[in-house]
Amino acid sequence: MDRNSNTYTLIFSSILVILVALVLAFVSQFTKIRFETNQTNEKMQNILSSIGVDIERDQAAKVFKDYIKQSLTLNADGSINESVKAFDVDLHKETKKDPSKQLYPLYIAEKDGKKFYVVPLYGAGLWDAIWGYIALDSDKNTVEGTTFDHKGETPGLGAQITEKWFQAQFHGKTILKDTIAGFNEDNFVSVKTVKGGARSDDNHGVDAISGGTKTSDGVNAMIAERLSHYLIYFQKN
Amino acid sequence: MAEKESMFSKSNIKLLKDPLNDNNPITVQVLGICSALAVTVQVKPAIVMAIGVTVVVAFSNLIISLIRNFIPNRIRIIVQLVIVAALVILVDLTLKAYSYDISKQLSVFVGLIITNCIVMGRIEAFALANKPWPSFLDGIGNGAGYGFILIVVSVIRELLGSGKLMGFEILGHKAKTISESTGLYTIGYENNGFMLLAPMALIVVGVFIWVQRSINSKLIEK
Repeated sequence: MDRNSNTYTLIFSSILVILVALVLAFVSQFTKIRFETNQTNEKMQNILSSIGVDIERDQAAKVFKDYIKQSLTLNADGSINESVKAFDVDLHKETKKDPSKQLYPLYIAEKDGKKFYVVPLYGAGLWDAIWGYIALDSDKNTVEGTTFDHKGETPGLGAQITEKWFQAQFHGKTILKDTIAGFNEDNFVSVKTVKGGARSDDNHGVDAISGGTKTSDGVNAMIAERLSHYLIYFQKN
Repeated sequence: MAEKESMFSKSNIKLLKDPLNDNNPITVQVLGICSALAVTVQVKPAIVMAIGVTVVVAFSNLIISLIRNFIPNRIRIIVQLVIVAALVILVDLTLKAYSYDISKQLSVFVGLIITNCIVMGRIEAFALANKPWPSFLDGIGNGAGYGFILIVVSVIRELLGSGKLMGFEILGHKAKTISESTGLYTIGYENNGFMLLAPMALIVVGVFIWVQRSINSKLIEK
């Protein structure tokens, strides 16, 4: 058959595309379960890491229940939504909705007899999505720990939000201006990264990443925006 | 199966060795520069990227070479793209399922292998006109030549840019004040933040080409 004829070209490309599609579909199905398990385990690992439990990813599922005592899904008014599991809430989808219609997952953890509130975070970095978890002490004001992750921040610059030195800085910082004034918008200051380095007496500031300003700004915006929706629940409880 | 030529004959070995120096894809053919700038800030992603590209170039060369006599000439670029894209997705899926941490480390760069000029360049220049085995070797060789430059550049950039190699602090620990620091930082050494930015990769590659051309007489244009 003439290799330059239209019929040959059509037949050849059809066969090629069908074959390639078959192979890809097969491999995708084959690897899907493992990939999803990896993702679930990683999510559990990150939640645990924010309260200071460092554990291998494969082990995360086993000990998750030992620490996370309660998983709540909150509505925007602070009431509890019983119909959706907190772990199944996809923040990527939620954050696209209007804040009043979003669902807000909250994990209540217990470690060494102490209670922690773990708030999932989701926002935008320089290139793509960034996300993470912030754990608050039982006073819901002092930060116990954080974990951050990202999809495509620059390695060596913005991608440093995943490193221990950056995340550890948040420990002991507070999100409220005044501890007595309660959880309202005027009193809420969040924790921010400070370009050029935070003063050591700054209770709400940590060092930003040099060369990663946009990613640091993204972290600021993400923490402030996400936490602000939980104030109403914190005030009630 | 009786081979006329042995699997590792001189000409086949040459296919493996040439891209490392005399015909290096980055410094001589000037292909694949884009990703050489993007993934060389740290050594670890550079190594994984080098492996990923080597696998993709080798197998796309092999597959294209196997079907080279059936590909209609008019749509050969599209056919090449389909094969390369499929291979890259296979690599991506495999990494996500079996080595999740590395796939996270590489994130967007895996997808970018599709657009790596080396892959298409080698298919066009070699695989379309050669037998499967030499094409496969040519792919391995070019992947290795690419990886070699990537690793050299990333070592220079990570060491001078953040004082680390593979994430380990080589030059000591840099704390907020000099008294808390260790190693080189105690005498006031500063990391060169410029090294972390893409333009420095271009300059490092440029210096590398200069050094290579002064040593290797074959590359000097008459």
